[in-house]
Amino acid sequence: MNLDAVIFIISAIVAVLGASMMIFQRNPVMAVLSFMVSLLAQAVLYIQLDALFLGAVLIIVYAGAVLVLFLFVIMLLNLRTTKELGPSSSLMRHLGKYFLSFLLIMEFVFIIKSSFFKGASLVGVMNMKPEGFGTVTSVATLLFTKYLYPFELTSILILVAIVGAVVMARKDKNIDRPTENKLGKN
Amino acid sequence: MFATFYPILFLFILAGIIAGVFVFLSIFFGYRTKLGRKGDPYECGLKPQGTTKDPVPIKFYLVAILFILFDIEVVFLYPWAVISRKLGLFGFTEMIVFVIILLVGYFYVLGRGALKWE
Amino acid sequence: MDLTSASINFSIIYPEISLLIAAALILVSVFHKSANRIAPYIALIGIVVSIAMIFKQWGHQESGFFGMITCDSFGVTFKLIFDVTALLSLLIAHRYMISKGINRPEFYALLLISTMGMMVMANTTDLIVIFLGLEIMSVPLYVMAGFAKRSLWSSEAGIKYFIMGAFASSFLLMGIAFIYGASSTTDLRRIVADFHFIMSNSPAYMLTGMALILVGFGFKIGAVPFHSWVPDVYEGAPTPVTAFFSVGPKAAGIAALLRIFIFGFANVMMLSTVFWVLAVLTMSVGNILALKQNNIKRLLAYSSIAHAGYILVALTVGGNDAISAAIFYLVAYIMFNLGAFAVVTLMETRSGCKSDFSELVGLAKVHPYLAAVLTLFMFALAGFPPTAGFFGKFYIFSAAIKSGYIWLAVIGMLNSFLSVYYYLRVVKTSYFDSSDKSFIPVKYSLSIIIVLVITVIGTLGIGLFPQQFLNWSQSALFAFL
Repeated sequence: MNLDAVIFIISAIVAVLGASMMIFQRNPVMAVLSFMVSLLAQAVLYIQLDALFLGAVLIIVYAGAVLVLFLFVIMLLNLRTTKELGPSSSLMRHLGKYFLSFLLIMEFVFIIKSSFFKGASLVGVMNMKPEGFGTVTSVATLLFTKYLYPFELTSILILVAIVGAVVMARKDKNIDRPTENKLGKN
Repeated sequence: MFATFYPILFLFILAGIIAGVFVFLSIFFGYRTKLGRKGDPYECGLKPQGTTKDPVPIKFYLVAILFILFDIEVVFLYPWAVISRKLGLFGFTEMIVFVIILLVGYFYVLGRGALKWE
Repeated sequence: MDLTSASINFSIIYPEISLLIAAALILVSVFHKSANRIAPYIALIGIVVSIAMIFKQWGHQESGFFGMITCDSFGVTFKLIFDVTALLSLLIAHRYMISKGINRPEFYALLLISTMGMMVMANTTDLIVIFLGLEIMSVPLYVMAGFAKRSLWSSEAGIKYFIMGAFASSFLLMGIAFIYGASSTTDLRRIVADFHFIMSNSPAYMLTGMALILVGFGFKIGAVPFHSWVPDVYEGAPTPVTAFFSVGPKAAGIAALLRIFIFGFANVMMLSTVFWVLAVLTMSVGNILALKQNNIKRLLAYSSIAHAGYILVALTVGGNDAISAAIFYLVAYIMFNLGAFAVVTLMETRSGCKSDFSELVGLAKVHPYLAAVLTLFMFALAGFPPTAGFFGKFYIFSAAIKSGYIWLAVIGMLNSFLSVYYYLRVVKTSYFDSSDKSFIPVKYSLSIIIVLVITVIGTLGIGLFPQQFLNWSQSALFAFL
């Protein structure tokens, strides 16, 4: 086993453990921190797959910016202690859920690893990796020529998100009163 | 390919070791006192009431989310900057279109007074 | 790569651009004090210009932006469908938004951008663009569902729709990733070209990807078993928004499903079985749950689930006949469903109304014309002969029988018989029931009258000249199959 394999195994385990910790933690701040650990490990995996740009972006945008926003939201939620979340429910009550997710995972493993489907474990993409795959230059060249249209669409998506955030979060001061007499429930 | 990143990995490991060693050292060699009320906040003789976590106004959140949304541009500007010379006027135009669409969002935010701190 | 404007071909996205420019103008206009008043007019001009641009594109088949956009007659037809939906929803919304005190310019901008997203979705063969179009369509819808911020119901609808929608989008994205993993391309045309090779090389990834994509779109069109969000969101959202939801995203989802599953992954035998089950479940559950509803918006929500089921029948059958029938049905459904929602909106502009059945009592005495119009729409929804609803169902079921799906057609017909009960209950309540409370008269506005006239003409016109209309919807397939 060479060093690359060792690094892969360690970071894969950290990624999965971090993600599971994020779900199982009762304390939301701890959950976000576990998610951050998981993201760092995922960045290592991306870099091992030669997706350098993606790995860098994952750290810069997700671990750097988005998770800070998560922490911010948790601060706003104003949960003082985990006690306010109520008593933790017993494992038995969630057994059905765990069972179902376990089944789903086994299903995926079956599809991908078993010989039920001929040649199922072959993956096409990495076998024909072009020169300079995953570098910033190659990503940029694709993004600004072939994927120009999706790129411009992304800006519209961000525009919509900006409008949505302002509409939802801003307090209205001088909007019109309803012209009907009383609002009722609606 | 991944071998070029071994120095960074080494840096990570080194950072982990140094941090671990210092924690370890302070546990073993540090002087510790166990006084019951040492952990209490200093409150001029009054007993502390409640927690320090008060509700935070929603405008903080609005500023934060707007920051993130404009921050996402970095993901696109960075690769664009790398090959902008090669793309020439074509690349310049597409980035201008991208920025103008976001600028509409910025003007909207200003127009709605979402960044005003009153 | 050729970086000249020739390979870009700007002219094929003029309809989208005109909507975007109108939305941008509205957003920038918030600096001005009278933005609330001018916004609907800017939106109206944007949509009309966009429709004009669509007519210019009629009959051409072009692609542009390095193959990211495919503008064929199928796509152009759907562009027109989305624009008409947006236009009617805008007209329905205007008065309602003022009466509820939520007439803010953002609403119109979001409506336009959402419509633009639908157009993007229908005019491409690239999975990434389909995903981006879906998001551009959905994000404004989440905000629009929660637009009446002072209403708890509306906020609930917004949050529910957002969480469910985000969940569905992640399924879709995962599916696209699987497909990409198997075929190393996101372009459906390249997948079609190498389909047998890809399918024999990595069937597991392809099938998993298809299943996940189907789940994602199942959520968007409200197919059973992914329908749980539909009734709550439809009931809570402001009524014009519900009107828009019940047709716009549904049409866009169907367009994308047709592109992906009929054009892209044709010849997968397993898929027609899956669609068969989905169609039967969607029709039956929608109709059965609609029987017990006492709120018109909830009733229309369940009925929209059932109608998605009828369209899924066409998707199960596949082939030219069924798909042109699906497009026919979709256009007819837009006409009478938006008409029904226009009537409901008109009723809701009265104070304190929540669209319960009890509020319908006495409608026929006070407003005989409105009651007649409502009856027409209910007949069309139920599928009675001289209306568009009848021919829509007729073409779908006859296509099913022609291709040998006898049982599917039988189940579909039984379902439409079942649906007659609850549609006629609306008619019965407005004509024959009596109560001690007197009916509060509604105030008509010009925009609602225009909507009612257009939808009545549409419902009856399609019903009276079905053959001409079927020819039109067949021409929409010309370049597609």
